[in-house]
Amino acid sequence: MSRLAAKFEELARTGRKALIPFITAGDPRPDFTVPMMHAMVKAGVDVIELGVPFSDPMADGPVIQRASERALAHKMSLRRTLEIATEFRKTDQETPVVLMGYLNPIETMGYENFANAAQRAEIDGVLTVDLPPEEGLECSVLLKARGIDPIFLLAPNSSDERVKKMDAAGSGYIYYVSLKGVTGAGHLNTADVENKLQQIRANTQLPVAIGFGVKDAQTAKTIANIGDGVVIGSTLISKIEANLDDLEKAKNEIVELLASIRQALDS
Amino acid sequence: MTEKYNMPDERGHFGPYGGIFVAETLIPPIQELNAAYHQYLKDPEFIAELDADLKNYVGRPSPLYHAERWSRELGGAQIYLKREDLNHTGSHKINNTVGQALLAKRMGKTRIIAETGAGQHGVATATVAARLGLECVVYMGSVDVARQSLNVYRMKLLGAKVVAVESGSKTLKDALNEALRDWVTNVDNTFYIIGTVAGPHPYPAMVRDFQAIIGRESKQQCQEATGRLPDALVACVGGGSNAIGLFYPFIEDESVKMYGVEAAGDGIATGRHSAPLCAGRPGVLHGNRTYLMADDDGEIIETHSISAGLDYPGVGPEHAWLKDTGRATYVNITDTEALEGFYALTRMEGIIPALESSHAMAYTMKLAPTMNKDEIIIVNLSGRGDKDMQTMAKREGIEL
Ligand SMILES: Cc1ncc(COP(=O)(O)O)c(C=O)c1O
Repeated sequence: MSRLAAKFEELARTGRKALIPFITAGDPRPDFTVPMMHAMVKAGVDVIELGVPFSDPMADGPVIQRASERALAHKMSLRRTLEIATEFRKTDQETPVVLMGYLNPIETMGYENFANAAQRAEIDGVLTVDLPPEEGLECSVLLKARGIDPIFLLAPNSSDERVKKMDAAGSGYIYYVSLKGVTGAGHLNTADVENKLQQIRANTQLPVAIGFGVKDAQTAKTIANIGDGVVIGSTLISKIEANLDDLEKAKNEIVELLASIRQALDS
Repeated sequence: MTEKYNMPDERGHFGPYGGIFVAETLIPPIQELNAAYHQYLKDPEFIAELDADLKNYVGRPSPLYHAERWSRELGGAQIYLKREDLNHTGSHKINNTVGQALLAKRMGKTRIIAETGAGQHGVATATVAARLGLECVVYMGSVDVARQSLNVYRMKLLGAKVVAVESGSKTLKDALNEALRDWVTNVDNTFYIIGTVAGPHPYPAMVRDFQAIIGRESKQQCQEATGRLPDALVACVGGGSNAIGLFYPFIEDESVKMYGVEAAGDGIATGRHSAPLCAGRPGVLHGNRTYLMADDDGEIIETHSISAGLDYPGVGPEHAWLKDTGRATYVNITDTEALEGFYALTRMEGIIPALESSHAMAYTMKLAPTMNKDEIIIVNLSGRGDKDMQTMAKREGIEL
């Protein structure tokens, strides 16, 4: 069983919700990421989404765009993101790591080379924002053959047919984008999310993690309870951005926030 | 391959290129657009309305002008200019915006967004939005806002909101990113009018179909003027819409050579250029697979061109396919050469071309002398140079 499947099974068994942080690999510096990942695990996260920096992050709001720019300024890349994951894995065999990014770096590396490299780095899932299942079959097959879950997105305007398609194409979990917009947007409506989840649940057994626009522990709890987990990204990255001259402080603030969300989720 | 050319397939593929590579939220509006595009491009009422607009509002057909003096001077092939510069708003871009705006109206969309580089597409979009009373927002890289300020003013006069994009390289690709972000946020009421044959399917096919009027008219006008087909077609390639508009109706006419002219900026060898077909590699950006300017890690690299409209790291997927199959040839012209083309046409024929179109003129100056006097080249004069007066005056040290 994949690390992701095992993790969601354990969560379901213990009646808990997944806390899934997103940070961009190499933001603001390459040496920040691995210690940050370990600190997040200590704060109680279940899965880590590791953003692969891209020059043209079309689905991201300004906060994650700037995170990409900071990382790229240090020559971060898909290759070096995989090195970071490898480094993390040396001392953490438990926590699933999901790569989240855009297709072109993967295309450039080549699907097979990428799948092999991701397997060597013990990556557990790959979410490619601009690769819908229609175009993604070739890559998904290569990933699945190596025990890596291809993770797909669903959106507020996705039809039943799309949900079924993601159910067939994806594994690990489904990432439900909670609003029409980019990452970090400010118009999350929990009632809408609740309605939509009924439609999604009716068409898939896969766990559903919900993200985009979650900014505080209370919303995180509400959202997580609607699905199987909550993804929190821009809010964490804002703390890096606010403390670029004191990264220890950035790390502490992120840990503090995640710990408070963990507590809210479990209470 | 060209005997019966019927690209793209139903999922928007031109061989390995094209397709739909977008975030999930954009899948429903793209499906909706695709359905409308297929319905209305076969609807006689829609076609009649489009034709009437092209005639009465855009001013079509645009002339096919025999540049006799310039042909004589170059001493080779007879050069015919397809005068897209004479269209309303001054370039070929309006052919497409008139068409997409009619679709937007049919689909009940109340808000129009667009990206623009040179500002010609932005102006053409603001123009049709004004005419139909639709809200209009145009995204433009802040570098381009500065170098095409005249067009920024035109858009504002027309009632559009111009948003200067400060991210990335602050040029056309970043404007496209920002427009996609707007679309994903406002999918319900917003129609995104893409200005070139890029983006996810159906845009490359749809924009081509709206621009193909250039080639259809050229073919007929050339027959009328000379009694035969041209021997060569020349057009500049940014995203590739004016080029595919000219080429498409000739694809099955194998005797007609096609030359797409990319911007070599400071020169291909310097790396400071905008020539993905000549010097790039296949990849995925802005919703389709095509040739791109990217580094070994797949990050998109900055482009350079004197002309804002060619300053783009990608190119329409159909051009990628025409390159690989050898049906079209892609060449490149440096900034310096483009300026020679600009001055040549201005002084030889009394026509001031856009800097984008000047690349096609410069290549024609190389090609024509290699051909016989009884051979024919049709060059797409995609736009007029008014928008570039400030840039040109500044280069000459003149304050306007
Ligand atoms: C006059 C003119 N020609 C050409 C172009 C390049 O676009 P395309 O390659 O889509 O024709 C532009 C773009 O702004 C333009 O304004």
